[in-house]
Amino acid sequence: MYSEKVMDHFNNPRNVGEIEDASGVGTVGNAKCGDIMRIYLDIDDNQIIRDCKFKTFGCGAAVATSSMATELVKGKSIQEAMEVTNKAVMEALDGLPPVKVHCSLLAEEAIHAALWDYAEKHHIRIEGLTKPKSDIHEGEEEEKEEY
Amino acid sequence: MEKIIYLDNAATTKTASEVVEAMLPYFTEHYGNPSSIYSLGSESKRAVMEARETIADVLGTAANEIYFTAGGSESDNWALKATADAYKQKGKHIITSRIEHHAILHTCEYLEQKGYEITYVDVDEHGIVKLDELEKAIRPDTILISIMYANNEIGSIQPVKEIGEIASAHGVLFHSDAVQAFGQLPINVDECHIDMLSASGHKLNGPKGIGFLYIRKGVKIRSFVHGGQQERARRAGTENVTGIVGLGAAVKRAFRIMEEKTAKEIQLRDHMIQRILTEVPYCRLNGDEKKRLPNNVNISFRFVEGESLLIKLDMEGICASSGSACTSGSLDPSHVLLAIGLPHEIAHGSLRLTLSEENTMEEIDKTVDIIKEIVAYLRNMSPLYEDFVKKNK
Repeated sequence: MYSEKVMDHFNNPRNVGEIEDASGVGTVGNAKCGDIMRIYLDIDDNQIIRDCKFKTFGCGAAVATSSMATELVKGKSIQEAMEVTNKAVMEALDGLPPVKVHCSLLAEEAIHAALWDYAEKHHIRIEGLTKPKSDIHEGEEEEKEEY
Repeated sequence: MEKIIYLDNAATTKTASEVVEAMLPYFTEHYGNPSSIYSLGSESKRAVMEARETIADVLGTAANEIYFTAGGSESDNWALKATADAYKQKGKHIITSRIEHHAILHTCEYLEQKGYEITYVDVDEHGIVKLDELEKAIRPDTILISIMYANNEIGSIQPVKEIGEIASAHGVLFHSDAVQAFGQLPINVDECHIDMLSASGHKLNGPKGIGFLYIRKGVKIRSFVHGGQQERARRAGTENVTGIVGLGAAVKRAFRIMEEKTAKEIQLRDHMIQRILTEVPYCRLNGDEKKRLPNNVNISFRFVEGESLLIKLDMEGICASSGSACTSGSLDPSHVLLAIGLPHEIAHGSLRLTLSEENTMEEIDKTVDIIKEIVAYLRNMSPLYEDFVKKNK
């Protein structure tokens, strides 16, 4: 059901992990739907993305799109990173099954959310960037811990 | 690729070689139509009758109450739609449970659109239907109770005998979807007051595309397929002779080996459950510990998602299944896991492993070792786990 590229990025995901004191962190999706993505950005003074890491809870496509998205923004300027759309992520992965297209949207949103966090921390405005709408705790009920 | 470890026997089973052997002559030698007058046809007719008797015997009933169908879904559809139609003068209310197979639930939705009222009875946290709720749901216009014999996802065995008694005491028909239970558990339709029962061949090492519906004599449901006189004119169409022969052979085999098979599966199952629960942190067993199909293991692993788990297992040659949304083709995880009260996030991380008597202890141990590695790997990648660890530092 998945392309070879998706399987490659799922099996050998690039840039998994955290960045300590990241310039920006964005988390999108919600556990109710079964996908959560978190992207960490390390951005230098020239607004170049030096490093990018991710953590994802989700299906094969969710992991692969996160991995590809980090590859696409790494080493890029903020403006270039803004151009990494869900379509770009999908194309880079040689496509996704129709039911998985929302994963690529999440990847785009995760990057935007991390950039928004960076912009807020540094009191700057990034052209074309709006406040991320996803709230990962939306629809979650208080769970009792019994494990 | 090295040998696969097949742990998805609730999805389907390998056709047993003795079943294939039994079927083969009916493709090339005894290919006659059972309805024909000449002797070539009568051998087919005899074979169909023999299979019917085999099934009737194990259920403790008569051969003329067994109707061959194309499988479990058809049997479920038939039982519900035909009962709804035949008994609509009495009423238009049907009772079922929240954990039924989609062949029941989607048929119920269809009937709701046609003006029928359906009550979906809750289950407890172990996936067992609440009897008091079931009895309270019965009304003067209730025509049918349809409750599965055992659940396909979490393996919980329902109190079928008690349900049958309740139904019988209130004069309501009782249908049971026994697709997962038939061939795994001894079933007696009279003792359990079952009026209709669905089963499928490929869940018990028989061929796919064949099943049956038991309909107690006197239940006045009518033809599902109109045409010839086959199946007492209730389900027309030339019989799937090879399939029927295969089903008969599979039933014979299943009941012959049941005791031994069950003992072995329970040993493997309990070993697997025990090892996973003790060696993998933050996981839970879904379904009842004791009232459980001998071959069913269903475990939720927190902070990981089922599809990822399945793809990783597949890479290691292990076939399993999950109740995560991604495997159900919708955004919601399994309705069964939600019905037993699991939060969405934990339902997404479920893994179903359904064993067979052919599995070995080595395979089970290897699978547990691999699951441990995969779960640790996926948790390391999971933002939910990261948050959990930070919160509990």
